[in-house]
Amino acid sequence: MAEKVYAGKAVSVTDDGYLTDPNQWTKEIAIEIAKEEGIELTDKHFAVIEFIREKTLKGEVLTIRTIGKSGMVDTKGFYELFPGAPLKKASRIAGIAKPSSCV
Amino acid sequence: MKKIVILGAGTGGTIMANELRKVLERDEWSITVVDKDPNHYYQPGFLFIPFGIYTKHDVVKPKASFIPAGVKFIINGIDRVEPDKNTVYLTNGQILEYDFLIVATGTHINPAETPGLLGREWRKSIFDFYTHEGAVALQNFLKTWEGGDMVINIAELPFKCPVAPLEFAFLADEFFVKKGIRDKVNIYYATPLSGAFTKPKSSKMLGELLQGKNIHIIPDFYLERVDDENKKIISYDGREVKFDLLTIIPVNMGADWVARSGMGDDMNYIATDKYTLRSEKWENVFVLGDASNIPTSKAGSVVHFASDVLFENLMAAIEGRPLIAKFDGHSNCYIETGFGKGSLIDFNYETEPLPGTYPLPGIGPFGLLKNTRINHYGKVMFRWIYWHLLLKGKELPLESQMTMAGKEL
Repeated sequence: MAEKVYAGKAVSVTDDGYLTDPNQWTKEIAIEIAKEEGIELTDKHFAVIEFIREKTLKGEVLTIRTIGKSGMVDTKGFYELFPGAPLKKASRIAGIAKPSSCV
Repeated sequence: MKKIVILGAGTGGTIMANELRKVLERDEWSITVVDKDPNHYYQPGFLFIPFGIYTKHDVVKPKASFIPAGVKFIINGIDRVEPDKNTVYLTNGQILEYDFLIVATGTHINPAETPGLLGREWRKSIFDFYTHEGAVALQNFLKTWEGGDMVINIAELPFKCPVAPLEFAFLADEFFVKKGIRDKVNIYYATPLSGAFTKPKSSKMLGELLQGKNIHIIPDFYLERVDDENKKIISYDGREVKFDLLTIIPVNMGADWVARSGMGDDMNYIATDKYTLRSEKWENVFVLGDASNIPTSKAGSVVHFASDVLFENLMAAIEGRPLIAKFDGHSNCYIETGFGKGSLIDFNYETEPLPGTYPLPGIGPFGLLKNTRINHYGKVMFRWIYWHLLLKGKELPLESQMTMAGKEL
């Protein structure tokens, strides 16, 4: 675990760079983390991030497929927004824990 | 007369029928089990069929032989459940009412979820080994295959028995070596995970084993579709992998009746309290094993350990006591690694697979996250234990709660 400063605010992050406390998250922090991932956030990005935050904080476990079926964004679109590893990148930008398969 | 209905007569439903019939008075409680398939499959055995190690007789027996006397066994499809009315509707029009319902209808492959998978190459050069038919078709294919690119792909998470595709890769390597054509076969392992397995220590150990056998991992590969004309699998981020032989673990989903009943999530898994194993929505519905959404492996060992907890909590609910038994997510998997050796992992919700010894600390005989001959024999012996002891609810010398004793941090 380490401290990191995003948008002038010190937050604690895991070794992989995920926020340890989702309540420390702000939109400004999201913009800076996204930059590290090489992503310029748009309204569409934010809509998806807010959706992921809301569901995850309610205790739901999301997968790329469930997000693709949610009507929020289709899977292809999700990959276009967060290229390569959409759920990992989106989770990191959303300030929630790294998605882990439970097997 | 009060009624318990058990949906599904696989590992979980069969164990529960046996356990409950032993303790519930026959003149007070009726127990009914429903399953659409008259055959009980020893699913861990499917893995060995493609390589000609097991035959049909090793893995298939009539379900009725494992259902105890005094339990009504109905072989029929389930149309739907109306949990607010405590009623099950079967596809033949029969109606079953219940005081308590146990759902144990598992998870199944759904190849139709992936475009192109059920096209012209299905069971010609594309196979699954999660069904008896798929495993046998693959066995026939392998008898005459002369080599090329073999791709093993996992289409979606979660899937049943998360170590099975790894074991398949290891056994395939051995099979081709013994056949003298290993130099003509390239083996690729395309997975949506970032490595061989999920958690760091086991992923490293298993990843090194793959590497040592010259099996190439293609990580973070999330399957979009199969191009059956050009024999390629294509990921959402546009990567393409060519195959001559594709062994796929198709998208896994819970039973269709769950969707028709509106009781599940997008993948037809039922929201279940991960400690009590009771449905989060209905107080008289319990969910055992793969049919639930609890965050642990979909595997027979989990079902077996969870059945102890479910039994305790169902008895508590029947007697109006609080549900105090807590499931810890315990899972225990033998992993065949080829050439007569095997590995073993033991873990739960909180603890990742760690090295050590099992079940006796410091003694074993089995080695956790080690590659040994005795582990392989553990797997071989387990089939006998499954058919003769486990399904009938007999005591095994294993604790259902995971223990840290014998594990190295």
